[in-house]
Amino acid sequence: MQPFRTLTSVATPLDRVNVDTDQIIPKQFLKRIERTGYGEFLFFDWRKDPAFEINQPRYKGSQILVAAKNFGCGSSREHAAWALSDFGFRCVIAPSFADIFHSNAGKNGILLVTLPEDQVQTLLDRAATTEGYKLNVSLEDETLIDDQGFSAKFSIDPFRRDCLLEGLDDIGLTLRHAAALDSFEQGHNSKFWLAARSQ
Amino acid sequence: MAAKTLFEKVWGSHLVAEPANEPTLLYIDLHLVHEVTSPQAFDGLRMAGRKLRRPDRTVATVDHNVPTTANRIIIEDAIADKQINALRKNCKEFGVELYDVDAPEQGIVHVIGPELGLTKPGMTIVCGDSHTSTHGAFGALAFGIGTSEVEHVMATQCLPQSKPKTFRISVEGELPQGVTAKDIVLGIIGRIGTDGATGYVVEYAGSAIRSLSMEGRMTVCNMSIEAGARAGMIAADETTFAYLKGRRSAPKGAAWDEAVAEWSNLQSDPGAKFDRELVIPAEDLVPYVTWGTNPGMVVAVTDRVPDPAKAQSDSDRRSFLRALEYMDLKPGTAIEEIPIDRVFLGSCTNSRIEDLRAAAKVVTGYHVNAHVRAMVVPGSHQVKAQAEKEGLDKIFLEAGFEWREPGCSMCLGMNPDILQPGERCASTSNRNFEGRQGAGGRTHLVSPEMAAAAAVTGHFTDIRQWEFKGEEVLA
Repeated sequence: MQPFRTLTSVATPLDRVNVDTDQIIPKQFLKRIERTGYGEFLFFDWRKDPAFEINQPRYKGSQILVAAKNFGCGSSREHAAWALSDFGFRCVIAPSFADIFHSNAGKNGILLVTLPEDQVQTLLDRAATTEGYKLNVSLEDETLIDDQGFSAKFSIDPFRRDCLLEGLDDIGLTLRHAAALDSFEQGHNSKFWLAARSQ
Repeated sequence: MAAKTLFEKVWGSHLVAEPANEPTLLYIDLHLVHEVTSPQAFDGLRMAGRKLRRPDRTVATVDHNVPTTANRIIIEDAIADKQINALRKNCKEFGVELYDVDAPEQGIVHVIGPELGLTKPGMTIVCGDSHTSTHGAFGALAFGIGTSEVEHVMATQCLPQSKPKTFRISVEGELPQGVTAKDIVLGIIGRIGTDGATGYVVEYAGSAIRSLSMEGRMTVCNMSIEAGARAGMIAADETTFAYLKGRRSAPKGAAWDEAVAEWSNLQSDPGAKFDRELVIPAEDLVPYVTWGTNPGMVVAVTDRVPDPAKAQSDSDRRSFLRALEYMDLKPGTAIEEIPIDRVFLGSCTNSRIEDLRAAAKVVTGYHVNAHVRAMVVPGSHQVKAQAEKEGLDKIFLEAGFEWREPGCSMCLGMNPDILQPGERCASTSNRNFEGRQGAGGRTHLVSPEMAAAAAVTGHFTDIRQWEFKGEEVLA
């Protein structure tokens, strides 16, 4: 996983509540067996509208998406995180995120920043009205600033933060506990009432 | 000892490690796998030279993109075919039992888990699918995961998890006639919203929940994710044990009695503390129909399309207006006056035998409206066989429904079963998102009984007023 430390980029506003993963990447693109190549299908149906933010030349190359509440709700498809990442987004800012999307994003090096709704609204408004509006996000300092005087502290789970900063692979981290896992599993195996198949 | 919630009991018996400043490592008893969210995970294992740790705790089937037509061994969609073949190859290479298209066990992963007795009380269950919450109906902790987590479980049989909060939703009293498990959960989501339970594991409790069959309980737990919940759970009781007894992977003989003794502890202790509580009187619930583009946009069948002026915030109002435009609806329109083009009876929410029985009872003696195309997609081969044994297929076919092979089908339209742009569908599935059942398609979520009634009349119809012809026909 690519480490995330600091990022300065044009911000793309997406002022819609409850953006579900069916919108982020529709089902017809889930049949592929690869992990890459989903970027061109990001927000596939919404991009049919030339006025849709992501289609606008002013947001081209943007790596920061500013969104509204409950972003990423619905299906568990990690393809949503892959599509965002493949398209170039490395950070999403919103008042709240759905749980499974939250977890999927972290595992793909995408930083999710949760801020109060009024602050996010300020960013949405500025990104929509100011041509070339940029944000600077520092995961090391947990700060988000623009050049119009906006400055906010955010906080993320310290473990998730370390993983993002170092680009750590979850399976490797878990395997540090291999001895505990072996010993737990040995005891757990005797609980036949929790076995998948009857003995 | 402090009183514990059901969730805390299951969580507490699966703790592999609780490292300081890190998420807890939670052991996973059962991993269900399907074709769509697993190929990249198997690839990851191969690339890292890792093995599948517990093939005996892993079961796979094909459901999301299989056709539901009779002859489906050859899949015309080349990309879907490649994905299904990848699962076949992966299961063979890693030693996973696969229920393939033609296997008698095949079906929607959340239908076959319980049906085969793989799902048991007190288990931790995951699957790369958000509707894994279904299995919580058995007093299990079951939740959907992404593909990276699928790979993690394959490699380690555990998952790093931060502990969710607990939320008890009690539905008390007797359900009014015509109000189903689907209406309970739509009523709950309508009250708390699509992010109302984000960060929580919900325990459904109360006399109305306890009176539900296992099929009904699965319907309720299935849609927990539509309220944002990590999982939904219902305490194990005699109904649970009666359902499980004798199923293929359930313990047998003396082991069964011992297992029941272990499972009997799986309810929240009196006095257990929840982070949040909500009580809903069952008598307040009615048959519901969603009008918008998320499951929280729901009203009573006798109600009207609501007015966006009543939205609570600017952003909600914009989403409201967008939903009305997408759904091609005007505020104030009576729900019962909305004509439909399609009916879909199926999905992991409502494709079990009881759902089909209830819908068949409604359509007996009637015919599908001339303007409607209606299909029934049983949740599994077992459900299909049972329905055929009971003659339900004949009732549906005589009434003008299509009777198809099992799979996820038009719930998400990954296979050829999709809505055409502009088509309006009464669907027993779980999501009415834009384009969910096909680009430009308009989905209204309802119970199986309500879907069946709408198929007959061609518009949404209050099932409480329905004239059942079943007995007349039988006589």
